Amino acid sequence: MGLAQLNSLYREVILDHSDHPHHKHALTDATNTITLKNPTCGDVIDLDVQVNAAGLITDIGFTGEGCTISQSSASMMTDAVLGKSREDALKMAKTFSDMVMGHEHPQADLDQLGDAAILSSIMSFPARIKCATLAWWALQRALLRDGDKEE
Amino acid sequence: MIEPTRETTTDFPILKQRVNDEPLVYLDNAATAQKPTAVVAALTHFYEHDNANVHRGVHTLAERATSDYEAARQKAQRFIHAAEPAEVIFTKGTTDGLNLVASTYGEQHVQAGDEIVISIMEHHSNLIPWQQLALRKHATLKYIRLTADGELDMADARAKITPRTKIVAIAHASNVLGVINPLKELAHLAHQNGAILVGDGAQAAPHIAVDVQDLDCDFYALSGHKMMGPTGIGVLYGKRALLDATDPYQYGGEMIDFVHQQDSTWTQLPWKFEAGTQNIAGAIGLGAAIDYLTDYGMDRVAAHEQQLVDYLLPKLLALPGVTVFGPHDPAKHTGVIAFNLDGIHPHDVATALDMEGIAVRAGHHCAQPLMAYLHQVATARASFYLYNTLDDADRLLTAIQETKEFFNHGSGTAK
Repeated sequence: MGLAQLNSLYREVILDHSDHPHHKHALTDATNTITLKNPTCGDVIDLDVQVNAAGLITDIGFTGEGCTISQSSASMMTDAVLGKSREDALKMAKTFSDMVMGHEHPQADLDQLGDAAILSSIMSFPARIKCATLAWWALQRALLRDGDKEE
Repeated sequence: MIEPTRETTTDFPILKQRVNDEPLVYLDNAATAQKPTAVVAALTHFYEHDNANVHRGVHTLAERATSDYEAARQKAQRFIHAAEPAEVIFTKGTTDGLNLVASTYGEQHVQAGDEIVISIMEHHSNLIPWQQLALRKHATLKYIRLTADGELDMADARAKITPRTKIVAIAHASNVLGVINPLKELAHLAHQNGAILVGDGAQAAPHIAVDVQDLDCDFYALSGHKMMGPTGIGVLYGKRALLDATDPYQYGGEMIDFVHQQDSTWTQLPWKFEAGTQNIAGAIGLGAAIDYLTDYGMDRVAAHEQQLVDYLLPKLLALPGVTVFGPHDPAKHTGVIAFNLDGIHPHDVATALDMEGIAVRAGHHCAQPLMAYLHQVATARASFYLYNTLDDADRLLTAIQETKEFFNHGSGTAK
């Protein structure tokens, strides 16, 4: 099989996001913030989200270290949820984690994920699913602990 | 002479498979070793012919099971050169053995203001038990540093071990840096200061001949599964005088002398430390693994792995963009080789190697303080054993080059 198989995981769009991640910076005025670690590999994400009074995500940024998959997933996640409502973002997080676990989802839900939908390819690499979901779990945890800046 | 002998090519059926359409190259031996057919057969034979509980039946099967179990103890005793079988306690593994020492000897002897000395290269299992003991007792936990090339800094060891030190606990071989630590010298230093030396033998016992009496270790723990035995079985060695003076770890069946309503007395060594039904089949399987290693010859195991390192390490170091941790002199490096590729996360490296049928570990190797010390989030790690070959080393080198190419030039350029 060899490395050719890697092309199905490391698509150009994924490598592009990991080489040039979007929104990779800390926010000074975040309303929701969280640090999440993947204890099996030591990867860490610090996620800052700014949610306005109307419940819209008006800014988002992340810092931390991780592999190609976790970095590109975080980058694609920030693109996907910026400007969305808190509820929509939570729904997208659920869609993403369902998708990588191989559960069926309406095409419209997957379309909403934008570039992030491409990570459905991670299903063929079970050991790497946690890398892809770290950013979305962080988003979920950050949004669910509204206004709580502690970690 | 480097090529596998006839027996290693036939004794490990698991190695004769394709993974991701490539012949498997198993280089995750520091995590766990593969089992020869003799070990699997010993487990099957026990369950199909001799299974009974030990030390508590008068029937024939109980007698057979007991004698097999105690024969395994004697094999372990000879393997590590303990003075007598009573000094060999069966445990779940190294972690269990080290926790036993911290929770019994440590609990009895460490007091507020005392020191426990470990090293920055310790695996979490030889770190957290001492860290938590120090916290409970208001004792100080001190770390011996490394030299620039990743060896234990013995000058620092001499400075850190003082008359206030009660316990020195050090890995005999590192699971990341590929170094063997001078346990004998450390034991001498500890004893001069009135402390004991606890050796973590998880990465040493499978690969080099161990003589606990020559090392003068007070306690020494090892895991069966890393030396081709089953999981869930290990050995804790302790000097008789220390074990005799140490309280039991757990209470229950088999470890008692007499039980009264308000008090109990304990049976003799080693059973005082083996409460409840033990991993009988596991011990017998470990005995079979010890037989295998003894027949093969521990000196031959060490020489075989050294030849692989002599071949691989200079070639790996010659590749641009490859960082190898620990000494770069092959003579000072065991078959545990942790490395990183510039700009490629070790998880991505491990996935790429897996696509080539090569199993390596990627992560922090249960050594987070060491990773912080080395300024790494994680590393990849290839680790070798007696069944690995020069061809395996070549496959690794080629796959590393292809991985570098894949990630450095984007997708679509791989073969």
